[in-house]
Amino acid sequence: MKTLIDLEKKINSELASKINSTLTKHNQIYVEIDKDDLIDVTLFVKTNKDLKFRQLIDITVVDYPEQPQRFKVVYLFLSHEFNQRMILSYFITENEVISSLTSIFPSANWMEREVFDMYGVNFKDHPDLRRILTDYGFEGHPLRKDFPLTGHTEVRYNEEQKKVIKEPVKLEQNYRNFDYESPWEGTKYIKEQTDENDKKN
Amino acid sequence: MKMTKKIKNLNLNFGPQHPAAHGVLRLILELDGEVVEKADPHIGLLHRGTEKLIENKTYMQAVPYFDRLDYVAPMNQEHAFALAIEKILKIEVPTRAQFIRVMFCEIGRILSHILNVTTQALDVGALTPSLWGFEERETLMTFYERASGSRLHANYFRAGGVHQDLPAGLEDDIAKFCDSFPKIINDLENLLTDNRIFKQRNVDIGIVTKDDALDYSFSGVMIRGSGVPWDIRKSQPYDCYNQLEFKIPVGKNGDCYDRYLCRIEEMKESVSIIKQCLAKMEKGPVKSFDGKITPPSKKEIKQSMEALIHHFKLFTEGYRVPKDEIYTAVEAPKGEFGVYLISDGSSKPYKCKIRAPGFSHLQSMDYLIKGHMLADVPAVLGSLDIVFGEVDR
Repeated sequence: MKTLIDLEKKINSELASKINSTLTKHNQIYVEIDKDDLIDVTLFVKTNKDLKFRQLIDITVVDYPEQPQRFKVVYLFLSHEFNQRMILSYFITENEVISSLTSIFPSANWMEREVFDMYGVNFKDHPDLRRILTDYGFEGHPLRKDFPLTGHTEVRYNEEQKKVIKEPVKLEQNYRNFDYESPWEGTKYIKEQTDENDKKN
Repeated sequence: MKMTKKIKNLNLNFGPQHPAAHGVLRLILELDGEVVEKADPHIGLLHRGTEKLIENKTYMQAVPYFDRLDYVAPMNQEHAFALAIEKILKIEVPTRAQFIRVMFCEIGRILSHILNVTTQALDVGALTPSLWGFEERETLMTFYERASGSRLHANYFRAGGVHQDLPAGLEDDIAKFCDSFPKIINDLENLLTDNRIFKQRNVDIGIVTKDDALDYSFSGVMIRGSGVPWDIRKSQPYDCYNQLEFKIPVGKNGDCYDRYLCRIEEMKESVSIIKQCLAKMEKGPVKSFDGKITPPSKKEIKQSMEALIHHFKLFTEGYRVPKDEIYTAVEAPKGEFGVYLISDGSSKPYKCKIRAPGFSHLQSMDYLIKGHMLADVPAVLGSLDIVFGEVDR
């Protein structure tokens, strides 16, 4: 499997029933699958002698809060042998539990813990699903789009209680998010107005 | 009378404040006598929410966050981000800018490897290498300072090139450094490579097999030390790496000592790459000509209304990046550093996942240290080349 096109053909022919769509751009192959086929597809691409995606580079999630299937779970694979990269993805709803890859790639352990920590996605059969990057006793999932940039709590050392305490965030000045978009090219309020006018006409 | 004694395994907290933990690592070790049974690294003590912050900043404002990831080789990280944006925007980078970027990436590699090799020696008992090595790091950081204005947090690379051209005389001084530095590497090698204590502490410690290196998502020196000749600079060359000649040192046994040797050899290769860059660098532009991405020069702003508007728009709204999804990786000193970027057509990234090599390396701590002695923990940790800025993000 020398070229990306061969690779795409191979994946499409061998896994036809499990692949929703494939796309090649930026010298990488983007594959969309269903949530339930993850283990099968991963095992196939890892062990097949023409693919050999032996390394799991990263797992991450993209949050689209306005969609019914809110999270897009993304897996990045690398094949040293054929020097190719593959991006595997599927959509899930907020409370869906997905399978863990730890049995196939031991390195998935921390990556899945990070996804759990940052997005609150739950993994089935994960040996040790704890928070990883946030503080002990942290609440919420910071990388979700509805989590505020400033967070909910701040910590400080309390001299009277002789310990570190948590308090709701108090800001001297609120976080300001300016709308810099050019009015000619359409800021939000102008876009809404033109849309309305269009509807009327 | 028979005496029976119940022996319980000892739990030991290694860090978060420990000089050999290379930062804020809390490593919980379960010890049976002096033998480590289990290691559970607790990370995140330096978590700053870089990815969240980047989602709320324009592309240009996001660059400095990359300096603060692996803060011993800042520009290598910026490179990955700049490349990701360039690929989406499909902009050409002028040749001179490519050479400048590659040169500073190699300087970053030397910076990182000096720090790692010498502190690893420090962890196993040798003090002198760090004193010698840090002097050279200081010289290299003045090069950073002269090009970008700051020793560590450079904020120098831009999508489409670099912020400004090199100041007069810098190229000559870097060339001088390239002539004198191999001697320092030799001095370091004289102290360490055949040193009995250094070898006793490193040879056959923390062995990684080829298969495990792949399964644990190792990259960089960690995978090359185990004999896999994989280097993104060679296999998926970016910028001008395909015009340069360099070798990829590969280890044989996959132990701490081989990884040390790889790093030493890589420094020598880096010096040669810097020399080639200096030789091939010609005068010319250092930024893309696209006025919608590159801010106009100060001189233009004073004369042209258009330039003034562009300047204002670029530094408030920032440039927009069309809707796309991309993963770009560079060979950072510690391994594969990648940026998974999703743009949505606005001037801020929708999502920017940072793939840090140290994260997957540290994860394998339990696998690497099981069955070793407590005293081997700093040696293995040192050879993993962990910097918490990138592990915790």
